[in-house]
Amino acid sequence: MRLINRRPDRTAGLLLAILPFALVLLAYVLGSAERLAENPADKLLPSLATIGDAIVRVAFTADPRTGDYILWADTLASLERLASALALSTLIALVAGLLIGLLPGVRALLASFVGMVSMVPPLALLPILFIVLGLGETSKIALIVIGVTPFLIRDLAMRVQELPREQIIKAETLGATTWQIALRIVLPQILPRLIDGVRLSLGPAFLFLIAAEAIAADSGLGYRIFLVRRYLAMDVILPYVAWITLLSVIMDFALAKLRDVAFPWFGGAK
Amino acid sequence: MTAIQVEHLWKEYGDQIVLENIFLDFAPRSFVALVGPSGCGKTTFLRILLSEEKATRGRVLIDGKPLAGEPGADRGVVFQRYSVFPHLTVLGNVLLAAEIPGAPFTGRLFGAARRRAQEEARALIAEVGLTGAEDKYPAALSGGMQQRLALAQAIMRKPKILLLDEPFGALDPGIRGDIHALMLKLWHSCEMSVVMVTHDLKEAFTLATRVIAFERKRNRSEERERFGATIAHDIEVWPKRIAGQPRINPSDRDGPISPEDTGRDDPALLSV
Ligand SMILES: Nc1ncnc2c1ncn2[C@@H]1O[C@H](COP(=O)(O)OP(=O)(O)OP(=O)(O)O)[C@@H](O)[C@H]1O
Ligand SMILES: [Mg+2]
Repeated sequence: MRLINRRPDRTAGLLLAILPFALVLLAYVLGSAERLAENPADKLLPSLATIGDAIVRVAFTADPRTGDYILWADTLASLERLASALALSTLIALVAGLLIGLLPGVRALLASFVGMVSMVPPLALLPILFIVLGLGETSKIALIVIGVTPFLIRDLAMRVQELPREQIIKAETLGATTWQIALRIVLPQILPRLIDGVRLSLGPAFLFLIAAEAIAADSGLGYRIFLVRRYLAMDVILPYVAWITLLSVIMDFALAKLRDVAFPWFGGAK
Repeated sequence: MTAIQVEHLWKEYGDQIVLENIFLDFAPRSFVALVGPSGCGKTTFLRILLSEEKATRGRVLIDGKPLAGEPGADRGVVFQRYSVFPHLTVLGNVLLAAEIPGAPFTGRLFGAARRRAQEEARALIAEVGLTGAEDKYPAALSGGMQQRLALAQAIMRKPKILLLDEPFGALDPGIRGDIHALMLKLWHSCEMSVVMVTHDLKEAFTLATRVIAFERKRNRSEERERFGATIAHDIEVWPKRIAGQPRINPSDRDGPISPEDTGRDDPALLSV
């Protein structure tokens, strides 16, 4: 049978999916064991046991000074920044994207401006943000918003324009006003696409979050990683990276689920 | 009662002349079929009637008044595809046609008004034979069902003119027969004129009161750009169909069975 027609069954599929993870883990364990055999004080590839100890220390032991559980405090701080920034970006993108996609006048006014702004490298703006907005939460949230909003706006405006012209004309022949077309025809059809856009911008959002936290913060996942880097504390950095990855994966999955549940027609209409 | 007059209509795209000096005069409640070879400008003509496209020269009058500059509720349309809204159920699609005029700000009806509109929508859905599919999304409907839904949605808004662009082109002959019968029934019962583009001559003659053929008089390749399509044939269908008066004589053997027909083999007749 041709390779293109050979589909793994459920178990085989699961095994295949696990395989790369297992291989990476195995490579790490072997490499770590070899380095530790040479030099038991090696910090670069700590053993799984050392990592486990570090996890217990940051996640399940209260900090003697502050009484906080470091990992959860960091997670909360980071997620607060991320969530407020993404909420703000999504709202701006929804309004601007819809207007640009639907109204030729607004498109003429804003499309090239947004296109230009989206090319500004956000990290180059970070110093400006720190100078103007100070080192507090505002500048970090602003960096994420500046980083992902132009992309979301352009994506959404394109999705609006992708709606078949026939649908808009059909709505006009039902007597719909611009407002009614936006509300009943365009908005419900771009919401699931907006969710997909937000999913795609999770990666960049985390990038900007960690960059901002690395430079100026006193809590947060990015702050912690860059703090313990000074002590070469790989046993903390590695679990933190894994935890950040896991958080993104969970958010991505939850958003996809939300889209499927809230917009059951979307899967079939694609 | 809606008469359509087309006077001195030209349509050009850049250097290419598509329609050339079209004069037409449709009586109120006529059912006009437009036929012609591919690319001769039938869709273009329909889009001008819809105000989606502007005529280069000439004008279109509806009841003596120039056509509005944009599509509106007086002219309903069913396209070949994409005529229904994928995010609304069958019931939602038909209901939308009542919600839009009924609720300018929210676009939604509530309470008694909604129940009344729903009743009307359900009756129409039943009429086009979609009972039982009210809660399905269009993606779960067959092509024929989607076109019947599009018809119901357009009819719900009670347009004065219904424009159809090869609406049944993708359907198999069996389903097409059913939908033809439905089309005739709707034309008889609703106060509207119909303009339908079709590739199927038989369809044109089984449905229309008048068949109009567009054709390019000169079609040599070097002439194609500079000569648009004109009206090559304009045929009154005989025996005359009159809106609101379904035929009492049985339809011909190959034609659609109109629901009002009582066939020769109808047991109800024998028992008299
Ligand atoms: N937007 C446009 N820009 C330029 N040329 C166009 C445009 N729309 C249509 N045309 C041209 O006008 C001519 C008529 O097109 P139209 O779609 O009206 O044909 P049609 O009679 O509907 O054909 P078919 O039966 O294949 O649907 C074609 O030659 C086409 O190339
Ligand atoms: Mg066409």
